[in-house]
Amino acid sequence: MNRMFAIVEREMRKFFRSPVLMIMSLMVPILQLIIMGNSFGGKITGARVAVVDYDHGPQAVRIREGFDAIAVNIKTFTTVEYTDENKAREDVRTGKVDAAVIIPAQYSRRVYAQDAPRIGLVVDNSDQFTSGSLESEMQALVDALTAPLIQPRVATSIALQIVELYPYVNYMKFLLPCCVSLAMYISVMIGGGMLYIDDKARGVHEGYLVTPITRLELVFGLNIAGSIKAVLAGISLTIIGSLTAGLGVIFHLESDLELLAMIVVTSIAFNGMMFLMMVRVDDPLVPRAMFGILNVLLLYPSGAMYPTIAFPAWLRAIAVIDPFTYAVHGFKAILLKDGGFVAIRYDLLFLFVFGIGTLLVATPLFKRTL
Amino acid sequence: MSAPTQPDIAIGSNSTSASFASDAVENPAIAVENIVKRYGAFEAVKGVSFSVADGEIFGLLGPNGAGKSTLIRMMTTLVPITSGKATVAGFDVAKDPDAVRRKIGVIPQALTSDPDLTVEENLNIYAKLYSVPRAEREKNVAEVLEAVDLVKWRGAPVKTLSGGMRRRVEIARGLVHNPHIFFLDEPTTGLDPVSRIAVWEMLDKLRKTRNLTMLLTTHYMEEADKLCDRIAIVDHGKLVALGTPLQLKQNVPGANVVEVHFDRETEQWKARLEKLEGVTSVQSESAGFYRVLTSSGSKTTMQLVELAASLGETLTSLSVQNTTLDDVFVHYTGRQLRDEQVKASMASWAMLKRPGDPQ
Repeated sequence: MNRMFAIVEREMRKFFRSPVLMIMSLMVPILQLIIMGNSFGGKITGARVAVVDYDHGPQAVRIREGFDAIAVNIKTFTTVEYTDENKAREDVRTGKVDAAVIIPAQYSRRVYAQDAPRIGLVVDNSDQFTSGSLESEMQALVDALTAPLIQPRVATSIALQIVELYPYVNYMKFLLPCCVSLAMYISVMIGGGMLYIDDKARGVHEGYLVTPITRLELVFGLNIAGSIKAVLAGISLTIIGSLTAGLGVIFHLESDLELLAMIVVTSIAFNGMMFLMMVRVDDPLVPRAMFGILNVLLLYPSGAMYPTIAFPAWLRAIAVIDPFTYAVHGFKAILLKDGGFVAIRYDLLFLFVFGIGTLLVATPLFKRTL
Repeated sequence: MSAPTQPDIAIGSNSTSASFASDAVENPAIAVENIVKRYGAFEAVKGVSFSVADGEIFGLLGPNGAGKSTLIRMMTTLVPITSGKATVAGFDVAKDPDAVRRKIGVIPQALTSDPDLTVEENLNIYAKLYSVPRAEREKNVAEVLEAVDLVKWRGAPVKTLSGGMRRRVEIARGLVHNPHIFFLDEPTTGLDPVSRIAVWEMLDKLRKTRNLTMLLTTHYMEEADKLCDRIAIVDHGKLVALGTPLQLKQNVPGANVVEVHFDRETEQWKARLEKLEGVTSVQSESAGFYRVLTSSGSKTTMQLVELAASLGETLTSLSVQNTTLDDVFVHYTGRQLRDEQVKASMASWAMLKRPGDPQ
């Protein structure tokens, strides 16, 4: 046991002597949280919409009043007057404006005559997000124009009432579980992968191998140290990330214990996985080369960025065996939903079994000789 | 140091490795019998046998890729033995590697101390890896720091030390658990001459004060000559010579080396020199410069002067030296440059190339 703890001691001393390593393992996820959190999930503002009015009637004026209301209130778009429909279409195509609204001649008459009145919206659907936002804004406006001035006493249409269980979750909050998992993954990748192979290549392990330390002591020493580093990274990012994203869940003791449990088992799982991948590797270039590939292979199928139910079957199969999936799900359940142990029990179980399983496979593969 | 039961006999390159079995010593600290290491079809060590007496400093000498490091790695349990038997401190290396590890200190070729940790932290961690009890640990660390003259650097991070000091840290690290047998794989490679001499003096002092048996590999002849009681020359995975430095030198034909530089180079010089009385071999070093092995340096010198005078040639320089281990080494291993590709393939089989390894 003392020999195992000597390995842990050496690894931890080395870790704390290299603050750059610790900072770097936190820097990428924090940057991702701030940059991606602020760049994704926001609402469109300041788009330019061309208006071609061939009608000039009272109903066309109502539409333009609606546009003005949008421009000064939620500021989704402002309008630009056009006289030629073809010119407006061309400008949408070339990106001078983001969309064009065509109010055809006889529009007002058709509204009064209830003769299928229509207005046209030309959008640049190569940018799904902007076009989608403009379409939904226009639809809301059209719905408002269509609604009768005096509402009937008895509602005749079917209404869908949406109940949101949680307060508004912005993208930065949504991204936090992914960033905590990513910080732990990077810590394991650097602390357990790259440094392990570098030490091997430098001959530090040769120094260990001539001592009476057993294979099990050496494997467990290295993995305990790797897991401690990942736990420290996980705790640091959970605190920094929660404060940055404005989540108060870390101030509840019960949630803290659940988060700690998630962080510990995630560390074991990630570390076991990394050790299994690196146990027979000698070339220091390998973990560096694998870094990006693993990141894509593990992070994106996990549901951290996009729901797994939207994946094709083969990608869902990867998600099922990907420890990132369970880490992200578990952290999401605590950080965003305050779901308690019930919500994370299967995540905890999978991650623990995965971690121990990979370690059990890696141990006999670990060579006690050169 | 207990003396070998039979006198050491230097055996020439024509002999087989098995011949060195006669070199057996009574209660040897290290005994190697017909040891073989194969990597696939490649045989890195081809049936080597020798033994090292208690308290002896034994040198393994050989060119790059000769199999020295593989041999030492087999004896230190780092590399499994393919066939044959190695016994260290009375324990079979293959059957009881843990017992061997407890008895030995090993200084690998690479600098294995952690550069981010201080000297003392490195030593403490290794003392823990050897399960040195807490009470003894502090005492041992203080003693080895004193022995390697690093007391005032105990709190310095290893990365701030010079190459020579780092090598001394390695030596201290190998001694922190009071081993009986000390293996050093090229302990002075990469050091400047002053640091190298300091390490030699330190090893000599350690042997005397701690009654250590040492086995070291080197390709520095001077190091082997100064430090070792006996030397084994390894080449192409075989033992080609074994004996005390003196015996090895005596065994090389020609007791003296005459170095002569002629003003004018001609093709006939080599043949003329070989015809001189007592000359056993002539090596052409560069244009007009020859190294002549002879049984009588004074006689050959006189003949040389007479020869040059009779031919009307001028001698630029002339010197007479006793045979050195360099001559022994060249005699047994030959003068051809080793194919670097062969060396590289052997190295990739036998060990990984690491930063800090000699080129």
